[in-house]
Amino acid sequence: MFRSINNNQSELITIYFEGKALRVQKDLNVATALLEAGISNFRETTIKNENRGPYCMMGVCFDCLINIDGMDNQQSCMVKVSDGMKINRQITRNTSQDEQ
Amino acid sequence: MQLLTLLTPKNMSNFDSVVVGGGLIGASIAYGLARSGQRVAMFDEVDNAIRAARGNFGLIWVQGKGANNPYYATWTRQSAKQWPDFSRELKELTGIDLAFEQNGGFDFCLNEVEFADRQIIMEKMTVDSDDEFSYEMLNNSQLKQVLPNIGPAVIGASFSKWDGHVNPLYLLKALHKAFKQLGGKLYINPITDLQHQGKAFQVSTATTNYACEKVILAAGFSNKTLAPKVGLNVPVYPQRGEILVTEKVKPFLHHPTGYVRQTQDGGLLLGDSHEDVGFDEGTNINEIQQIAKRAITIFPYLDSVKIIRAWSSLRILTRDGLPIYDHSESCPGAYALSSHSGVTLAAVHALDVASCIAKGDSLSPSLTCFSAKRFDV
Amino acid sequence: MSNNEYDIIIIGSGPAGISAATLADHHKARVLVLDENCAPGGQLYRAIEKNQKNDNEWLGQSYQDGLPLVEAFRESHVNYQRSAKVWHLSNDKVVHYSVNGKAHAAKGRQILIATGAQERPFPIPGWTLNGVMSAGAAQILLKESGVVCENAVFVGTGPLLYLIAHQYISAGIAIKAIIDTTPRGNYLRAIKYVFGALGSIKNILQGWRWKREIIRSGTLYIYNISDVKINGVNSVVSVEYCQKGKWKNIDCKYVFLHQGITPEINTSLSAGCNKSWNERQACWTIDIDQYGQSSVKGISIAGDASSIAGGVAAAQRGSIAALNMLCNIDIISSNNREVFSKPFKRKLNAEMAARPFIDTLFRPHSRYRVPTSSNTIICRCEEVTLAQIQESIALGCKGPSQLKSFTRCGMGPCQGRLCGLSVSEILAKELRVSAKQIGYYKIRPPIKPVTLGELASLDEA
Repeated sequence: MFRSINNNQSELITIYFEGKALRVQKDLNVATALLEAGISNFRETTIKNENRGPYCMMGVCFDCLINIDGMDNQQSCMVKVSDGMKINRQITRNTSQDEQ
Repeated sequence: MQLLTLLTPKNMSNFDSVVVGGGLIGASIAYGLARSGQRVAMFDEVDNAIRAARGNFGLIWVQGKGANNPYYATWTRQSAKQWPDFSRELKELTGIDLAFEQNGGFDFCLNEVEFADRQIIMEKMTVDSDDEFSYEMLNNSQLKQVLPNIGPAVIGASFSKWDGHVNPLYLLKALHKAFKQLGGKLYINPITDLQHQGKAFQVSTATTNYACEKVILAAGFSNKTLAPKVGLNVPVYPQRGEILVTEKVKPFLHHPTGYVRQTQDGGLLLGDSHEDVGFDEGTNINEIQQIAKRAITIFPYLDSVKIIRAWSSLRILTRDGLPIYDHSESCPGAYALSSHSGVTLAAVHALDVASCIAKGDSLSPSLTCFSAKRFDV
Repeated sequence: MSNNEYDIIIIGSGPAGISAATLADHHKARVLVLDENCAPGGQLYRAIEKNQKNDNEWLGQSYQDGLPLVEAFRESHVNYQRSAKVWHLSNDKVVHYSVNGKAHAAKGRQILIATGAQERPFPIPGWTLNGVMSAGAAQILLKESGVVCENAVFVGTGPLLYLIAHQYISAGIAIKAIIDTTPRGNYLRAIKYVFGALGSIKNILQGWRWKREIIRSGTLYIYNISDVKINGVNSVVSVEYCQKGKWKNIDCKYVFLHQGITPEINTSLSAGCNKSWNERQACWTIDIDQYGQSSVKGISIAGDASSIAGGVAAAQRGSIAALNMLCNIDIISSNNREVFSKPFKRKLNAEMAARPFIDTLFRPHSRYRVPTSSNTIICRCEEVTLAQIQESIALGCKGPSQLKSFTRCGMGPCQGRLCGLSVSEILAKELRVSAKQIGYYKIRPPIKPVTLGELASLDEA
């Protein structure tokens, strides 16, 4: 379980993950905020449909990609949270069968 | 054949055919020959060799091809028609899904002149083909029905149901794998010499000589130096093309187009450039930028999509842009092939050209106009 | 000099980059520093200014040592551009970068690549599961945000692993287990270098102290193991390790992996710098001369981005490279370059003397660099397994380029950073040649993924 041990916590803001409101510290990046909220399943891979979450936290591995405010492929370890931000799990493969 | 075996010294291996070149053309022919029951060796270059096969956009493209040469247009259509069976055959044999689709392609027009010119070309191709080829011209609003993301600056597009696409890297892998499964032998060793001896050929690498009855040159730019050794001439020159590849995005483009292609995994290929820079396989930031700009013009949505890689490869071109298919008169059994449409023509190369060569025939009469003799004038 | 022209452009604001920048600024050079993070310090001294305010003393002295460097940097006149992603570097010394989605170009008379290191890939079964992160990630969470993970299992080898474990224990955070993969034979192999390392005995003693305190804390400390894997479907259920021929299981939800660090070579390679295989560090290093000058004229490399030597060495190497660049553009004489660089060289030599010992002791076992289990994922982005790589090698792939096109290995957004090293070594093993003969991926631009919009906007910037 991830938790903060900082003496001075920054003020709290609200972000939404899959529609659910989360109160998080405003100076966190998206990946850290989600981990602290107990979320580590950020996306589903395109080829094998496996769950993935953050791995390196320094912008190298691209495993923490997530949908932020409607945009796929955002590096959540490099983006700061902001009030009202809407975050969703990322699934870039085609989810509907009617196409193609 | 028996006589040849007896005469062969110990450090020689024998083959019915040797294919020089392991790219899309070489591997298609080598696979086709092995498929016809030949004992075949394919010689490929080392890992960092110049390879057009790795820079392919993956289009099986008919519209516009051979507009000024009906033979080439026919040849292209012949391959396009065989592609569905060809991809199925490779999949059954190797288990590799080539991500083949042939549901028609769009070629965009970015201004009125381009649109008018395109229509003339398409019409000519239709007439030349006795109405076998068909096309449609769509304006922006018609295009929007099929491609909702199309940008307002796109005047229109030509559409042809003949066009398709495939993963060119998996095609190359499948050809190699199928070749191997049919008993073909792959050598990764550059050819140092090639000699015609009586009714046979001796192909040499730095360490070994190989004897064969037929030799097929599909070695890209190396054809230029190898061909004269067997009485052939392959005047080709490089033209650089740069391609961009993006991160994977949700499927939105279900047809191949001339500039943008979405692969089965969701990544986009964006093409391309035409640069006269000799054998420089580098990339140029200005060209990359032009490709990016054009892609955004066509699909404004791409503005926020990231490029993962830009790369270039060298097209193997002739002065008239048409392929070279030649059979040597002075050294019967020697063939030279050169084309920059290794994907589109893979089916005819593997099925038609290879079976002609396997039988020991001259190339089919429809290909005589592609002899390099046309440049001798 | 126009607005976007600089005497020196430095990529990276870790110890090497900021030391170089501060020194060059002191000699009145016009300097631009570009860094992807939002504050200077690099990964080593990440968020050091913020932590100063927070008084988080469990981060330890070696971390606090970075503060003076960052403070001096902040006091300089250097043009520091944070949150800047460098995505193109041409051999004519033009740097393209983006800030907040806007692209910019800058031209330097000299370029310094100080992009530091990344963690070595640690491809074992289960390393892509949810809940598995790198030990570096645990460190970043701690330094950047004061976020920790209770009851995690740490697996691997290397100073960073002991450091983070020590920091956790100092902060009173429970660690479920530490599985130390340092090969037993390494201690013997390293012992002959111990005398050479006496010059920087402080570092070595500190390492021992960390380890001793970890063991004293009562944390489950497992060593002398022969294999390790992570179990779970989609997320971690347990870590399994093999000790004396027996597999044992530790139930857990979070695992932090570490197998040492390797240079960030993509930036240098994309600029055309030559590289070499470093057998002792088991990784690619970028060729530089004693001043940090690479094989490309006008492009220098300092710190771990050329070869791993740690943060203190990085600061010295940054200073030496800065003096050489100043000399190259006639701001100081070559005589002064020698005079001024003396103290830095002295300190660097002491640091370097300890490297053979450290490199040898923490050289990862080949099992953790080249996996043996065929369903292990090698390329995380394109989900390519060892079996797929082996199949393509059997088809005739002799090197990384053909392998890439047959398997898509290395074609994803991390641009080969999490598989390139493994691929070089897997090919070497399968083809029974050295990694040096195999080579590495051909690195193409962009250095980091960049949007089409950023690219297209370039000339308007």
